[in-house]
Amino acid sequence: MSLPVAPKPALRRFHQASWDEPIIFELSTPGERGVLVTGIEPGVRDAVGDVVSELPAGLRRQAPPALPEMGQMRVLKHYLRLSQENLGADLNVDIGQGTCTMKYAPKVNEQLIRTPGLTAMHPLQDPADAQGVLEIVWQTERMLAEISGMDEVSLHTQGGSAAIWSNIAMIRAFHEANGEGEQRREVITTIFSHPSNAAAAKAAGYDVITLYPDADGYPDLEALKRALSPRTAAIMVTNPEDTGIYNPAIKEWVDAAHGVGALASYDQANANGILGITRARDAGFDVCHFNLHKTFGTPHACGGPGAGANGVSAALAPFLPGPRVAREGDRFVVREAGEQSIGAVAPFFGVIPNIVRAYSWMMALGAEGLRAVAEIAVLNNNYLMKKVLEIPGASAPYATGRRRIEQVRYSWQDLFEDTGVTSEEIGIRASDFGMHYWTSHHPYVVPQPFTLEPTESYSMAELDEYAAVLAEIAREARDDAETVRTAPHRQTVHHTHHDDLDDPERWAITWRAYQRKYFGDAAA
Amino acid sequence: MTDPFVHPYIPNTAPKSKAAMLAAVGAASVDEFYADVPAELRLDRPLDLPTPFTAEQDLVRHVEGLLAKNVSTRQRLSFLGAGTYHHYVPAVVDEVINRSEFLTAYAGEPYEDHGRFQALFQYQSLMAELLAMDVVNVPTYDGFQATATALSMAGRMSGRRRVLVASDVLPDKLSKVRDFVRVLLDLEFVDTVDGVADVTGLASRLAEDVAAVWVETPSRTGALEARLQEIADAAHDVGAVLVVGTDPIGYGVLTPPAEQGADIVCGDIQSLGLHQWFGGAHGGFIAVHDDPRFIMEMPSRLFGLATTDVPGEYGFGDVAYDRTSFAQREEGKEWVGTAAALWGIAAGVYLALMGPQGMRDLGEVLLARTRYAQRALAEIPGVALGDRAVHLREFTIDLSGAGLGAADVVDALRAEGIEPGVPVDQHQLLVCVTEMTSQRDIDRLSAELAALAARTGNAAAGASDTDPTDPGATTVSAPILEEQSA
Repeated sequence: MSLPVAPKPALRRFHQASWDEPIIFELSTPGERGVLVTGIEPGVRDAVGDVVSELPAGLRRQAPPALPEMGQMRVLKHYLRLSQENLGADLNVDIGQGTCTMKYAPKVNEQLIRTPGLTAMHPLQDPADAQGVLEIVWQTERMLAEISGMDEVSLHTQGGSAAIWSNIAMIRAFHEANGEGEQRREVITTIFSHPSNAAAAKAAGYDVITLYPDADGYPDLEALKRALSPRTAAIMVTNPEDTGIYNPAIKEWVDAAHGVGALASYDQANANGILGITRARDAGFDVCHFNLHKTFGTPHACGGPGAGANGVSAALAPFLPGPRVAREGDRFVVREAGEQSIGAVAPFFGVIPNIVRAYSWMMALGAEGLRAVAEIAVLNNNYLMKKVLEIPGASAPYATGRRRIEQVRYSWQDLFEDTGVTSEEIGIRASDFGMHYWTSHHPYVVPQPFTLEPTESYSMAELDEYAAVLAEIAREARDDAETVRTAPHRQTVHHTHHDDLDDPERWAITWRAYQRKYFGDAAA
Repeated sequence: MTDPFVHPYIPNTAPKSKAAMLAAVGAASVDEFYADVPAELRLDRPLDLPTPFTAEQDLVRHVEGLLAKNVSTRQRLSFLGAGTYHHYVPAVVDEVINRSEFLTAYAGEPYEDHGRFQALFQYQSLMAELLAMDVVNVPTYDGFQATATALSMAGRMSGRRRVLVASDVLPDKLSKVRDFVRVLLDLEFVDTVDGVADVTGLASRLAEDVAAVWVETPSRTGALEARLQEIADAAHDVGAVLVVGTDPIGYGVLTPPAEQGADIVCGDIQSLGLHQWFGGAHGGFIAVHDDPRFIMEMPSRLFGLATTDVPGEYGFGDVAYDRTSFAQREEGKEWVGTAAALWGIAAGVYLALMGPQGMRDLGEVLLARTRYAQRALAEIPGVALGDRAVHLREFTIDLSGAGLGAADVVDALRAEGIEPGVPVDQHQLLVCVTEMTSQRDIDRLSAELAALAARTGNAAAGASDTDPTDPGATTVSAPILEEQSA
């Protein structure tokens, strides 16, 4: 007799690991050691004596740091338990972190970057000893130049927002070099471009003008024309925007900016849906950036290290950060930054492990593969949109009836009006099904927003599963709202009190601050 | 390649799935989705990229082949530092940060990413113990960014523009900081004396319009600032903030700057459990006291402890989230983006493994090897130490007495398989030793350098040209530390 086959549940029965794991300081046992340090050789000790007791009084630490004391396996076990209490992209259908392009980070790349031929390389070694890594940097720059249409690319920056900073720093240097630094004090962006464009321009000293969309949700060209003037330093826009809408008038935007002598900067964090379809330079952009940890498949690593890439036209090339890797014949050399360069923006050559991962990712796909990435990401998105819009209470504001590129900013406003259940509550409830769903979309121009970006990495069955989870939660919101409101129910922790986090009297940003604030001298 | 194109990374390239999905959305082809991309902006040809290695085994052969061209510091004896350091990375560190759950997670909420929040809260807390500070941020990109941000905080808080730079700073770090802060701040340099701050000169420049005094310890040359408290007192007397840039590696034995008046402590965590990675593994930290005036000027994310519906359970969340550019956009202090969180988790695991005794032992071995290397090299005729300060891990040697150029020494010793250090000017070489550099390694460097000096021996007669009053060329043979403490 064969085993009975259980009926497959409609929804996954998920429960996050919950180890009730203490804060690491609570695991300390005096005298335990996690790792031993190599000893000082007798010859060294004989020669130099007791270097610690001979330190000048002002330099010698009086009491040792109150770090925990733990055996090695205890440390390991603690952190592995924490890892189990975390939902990485390798484990869930990670399409709810819209605008972030959660995709497969191939495992083979992890093997490749862990060779001592990379980890044990120092950036100031003889370039003759670093030909392999320098070639990868150079070749990655050339491939990104082709993908963007730009003339030159730099990989120095440590993340997407850092690359946005480099964009505006180069723009500032360009105008100053042309004697227009004082005159051009304004940067124009759009409300559905990533907040870092506005924030980086502000940090660079610019006044920021934010434009809102037209009635259809497209960036408003007439509003741009009214805002442009000889004071404009640059437009800094994302396309497709975080709504998933591609600005069909993008070339007119760039031309209008150029018409007043401003530069055009392209935030390509959302480039995943247009790889091989259309290029920044073809629309006339002067500078652009990519996020290697989004579009080019390097892992997101809990929020970094990411890596950025800046592409520029020939006119902006002298302003790129340095040093640069150059090819001379069949050798790769390091050239210091030129006089007009904005200089170093980060240590050495950028986030090398991510550059090697991105290189490997591109070399695994090629031109045809990159185009398939874009096309399938867009197909997945439009497929998911159809499924989501079939759920009562869900909508996709703006551009009604139009296709979207790689993501959609949806709204639960109708469901909220019917049930009082918010998008944030739905997102937390989604975690009970083993799904991540992000709920932060400042500013809340779209009411009760949620943004889904399925990318090319998820199969049709997984998209169906995700949509089924959302449909189930929307049903719960109508039939059993309390279950949604009191979520999570199958997570490591329970509903958390965020008031603690906004009150200076109560916030506890470290264990020692917590001990002092809540337990005072008793903790000492 | 398969025909039609099916790729392992893209499941829906499977023809049946693709067709089913197109049918479901009522599209004839994928091209329909790009209706908003004008025809004149369409790329009408395939991207011109190298032929791919679509089979995984071919990709491995290709990339491994490239990396095999590298000759690493396992094959070369390296005394290179200058911002990226060769410290030992315990195996458990790599094991933890290579876990999929950490490696591939992103910005999840405190519920489904409880582990990430706790691990980063613990990183903040472990760093806080090492630095004796109550608030540490989730890592920003690198020490360059952390320093630029810290100085900007001081500028915003005070509304003042002047920053007195009291230490020797890595040129690239200075480049980044200068370009980043120039909207807010003007940097003024107070020349160092014997590798450390000129406290008298600094005091004479301090006034009510100074936003911050910036001290680096260890400095660009590895010199430790022994008079930090005096500097702090002088800065505070005029209402300026003391910003200390540092590498936390030595604080198992060294006094943390916060105990000597530092208001903001910042720097890089690459030394704490991260490989050299060709300079590609850096993370920045900013530490302040638990003072809302400072905290509300921090742009970075801060993870804090919170209560939950279950008594006794630790929850986590973002502290004062509305501070950040996610909420503030053009009103933000700075931007927040994907930075270096995983490196923070690595540094946390590292500190947990090391514990107080491990960090003490490490600090001691670094001080001992540094001093041993200083003595060994300074014994070579014509070679002098660059200054008389106490050094941790790095120091400069002056080769002019031996008639040697720094770049020439690098070229000559590279031929012997040694990276002897980084030239800082024509005759000065920055030499770095860590716990990975054994006595034998140091002895080998000094023997090779001595042989080189001897070969160019007659040039050493030029040593007599050296101005004996120039402290940069003083041969220090007497014990260094006693002099400094006098």
